[in-house]
Amino acid sequence: MILDLENFVRTERPYWDELEAMLNRMEEHHEVNLSLQDVRRFHFLYDLAASDLLRLSTFASSPEIARHLEALVARAYGEIHETRGPNRPFLFWHWVSRQFPRTFRRHLRAFWLSVALTLLGCAFGAGILYLDPDAKETLLPFSHLQGKPSERVAQEQENQGRHLEGKKAGFAGFLMTHNIRVSLFTLALGMTYGVGTVVVLFYNGVILGAVSFDYIHDGQTPFLMGWLLPHGSIEIPSVIIAGQAGFVLAGALIGSRKSLSLLARLAAIRTDLVTLIGGFSMLLVWAGLVEAFFSQYHEPVLPYAVKISFGLLELVLLFAWLGFGGRAPDPS
Amino acid sequence: MTLNLPGRKTLQIQTPEGVVFSLTTAGVFSRFLAWSIDAIVILAASSILGTITAFLALLSPDFAQALYVILYAVVSVGYGIFTEWRWRGQSWGKRIMRLRVIDASGLKLQFSQIIIRNLLRPVDILPALYLLGGIFLYGGQRGQRLGDLAANTVVIAIPETKLLDLQQIEESKYNSFRDYPHLEARLRQSVKPAEAALALDAVLRRDEISPEARIEVFRELAAHLRTLVPFEDKIDETITDEQFVRNAVASIYRKAGFRQKAQSLPNGAT
Repeated sequence: MILDLENFVRTERPYWDELEAMLNRMEEHHEVNLSLQDVRRFHFLYDLAASDLLRLSTFASSPEIARHLEALVARAYGEIHETRGPNRPFLFWHWVSRQFPRTFRRHLRAFWLSVALTLLGCAFGAGILYLDPDAKETLLPFSHLQGKPSERVAQEQENQGRHLEGKKAGFAGFLMTHNIRVSLFTLALGMTYGVGTVVVLFYNGVILGAVSFDYIHDGQTPFLMGWLLPHGSIEIPSVIIAGQAGFVLAGALIGSRKSLSLLARLAAIRTDLVTLIGGFSMLLVWAGLVEAFFSQYHEPVLPYAVKISFGLLELVLLFAWLGFGGRAPDPS
Repeated sequence: MTLNLPGRKTLQIQTPEGVVFSLTTAGVFSRFLAWSIDAIVILAASSILGTITAFLALLSPDFAQALYVILYAVVSVGYGIFTEWRWRGQSWGKRIMRLRVIDASGLKLQFSQIIIRNLLRPVDILPALYLLGGIFLYGGQRGQRLGDLAANTVVIAIPETKLLDLQQIEESKYNSFRDYPHLEARLRQSVKPAEAALALDAVLRRDEISPEARIEVFRELAAHLRTLVPFEDKIDETITDEQFVRNAVASIYRKAGFRQKAQSLPNGAT
């Protein structure tokens, strides 16, 4: 039995056109608010288009009309059946003070795993350099870290930060964007079931451990702490948080919550991932500024005690914020 | 512009009302072209930024350098996020290639999904030129790269929906089938929807076919339709294969007397 297609199209087309016009309006204007009457009409038109599609597939076969109706029904379906709630307005202060710390704490195990891998890498890097000092060339492929630490310290102290004169803003920009990219990469590698994230965190740890051992072994601990702590107290936790996000993603893929399907597990962590991305990106912007404008000044320009205290203060504030932020219930 | 190339898959979604609709996922090649267009847009934007910051460098080279580095990163990472959010799943490249990112369940695309699919690109790019992402896209059931998998999104090809112009099957000549309403009814009853659609498609696109192929196509279609209803004794000898198929299509899709009835009704009346 074939539907009388001409009659069918002639009768139904005004409704399809009306539905299409409504959809176009909704898609062009994000914040369009439909009145109750409009919502009812929209629902009616969607139902009609859906039933027309059903009739068409049952009684007739016309690929063009079927495609047209399918496209209409698909677009309207997304609008009608969306139950994940409207996107709430973004409140920056609420996000900073409550949402980010809460999200961080919700995935604390992933964070500790990131910390453990970084520390393991540190121990490995330090251990390798202790056992084989010649491995420095391989472990630290950065020219400014190749020489003897005491020589570099003497040079830095003599420079008094002049080598970055007129380049600090550009350097800060480079550090921010580079570190954010590396962190995003660490997170994205969570899609390799976390293997890539493990490798990046461990490698970061190896570099950090080797550099630290090299400077401490050469008696340059105050310089090392004064150099690394002001920006490192934010930068290193940020990369670890990126690793945490990578493990959250890997956890969803592996299925630590087996009762949920893969799609449900991924959907459950999506907002948390975005929050963690926002969090570590924001921290890395700060770390970039500190590294370019503060960390590069050494004694006699800036006493190490001041730099170390600044770095420790940042670290305490960071973990106070992450540990206690948003613990109080939201104001109603 | 849509290209029917490898990597295209069909995504079927069943609504709670029981209606099933299908969406065709974008092919590898069309996605690559869309990505290339987007890369050109980003390159052009970076070049404009470079020009602007070059002027700023006259005032402060350091500040100009910082601004360029940051803005370039924002543009290259934020371009996809911004455009896909602003244009509901479309960037410039996807608009031109008629592609759209949608939620894989057919629901409304959420901002977090756009962020995730765009920020997980670094892993899709591995080891170079989107090789890993391309493998997943080509081999996966729904044509998703890794970023799409994590965000539960798919990139679909937007069909060019042109409503059927039924005037094209209007009987310009006398339709001899109309003299045998019982045979027309039998034809309508016995023809399968897919067969009718094929015949209709052939009639609508007859001018796009080469003359030799046109003769062959209509010969085969007419031969098949003749097996359904025995018109041959009465009228078959007087008309060509193509006219036979056109008559059959008109009889199937347009009921006799409808034109006269439709003319008496206002346009779009229900």
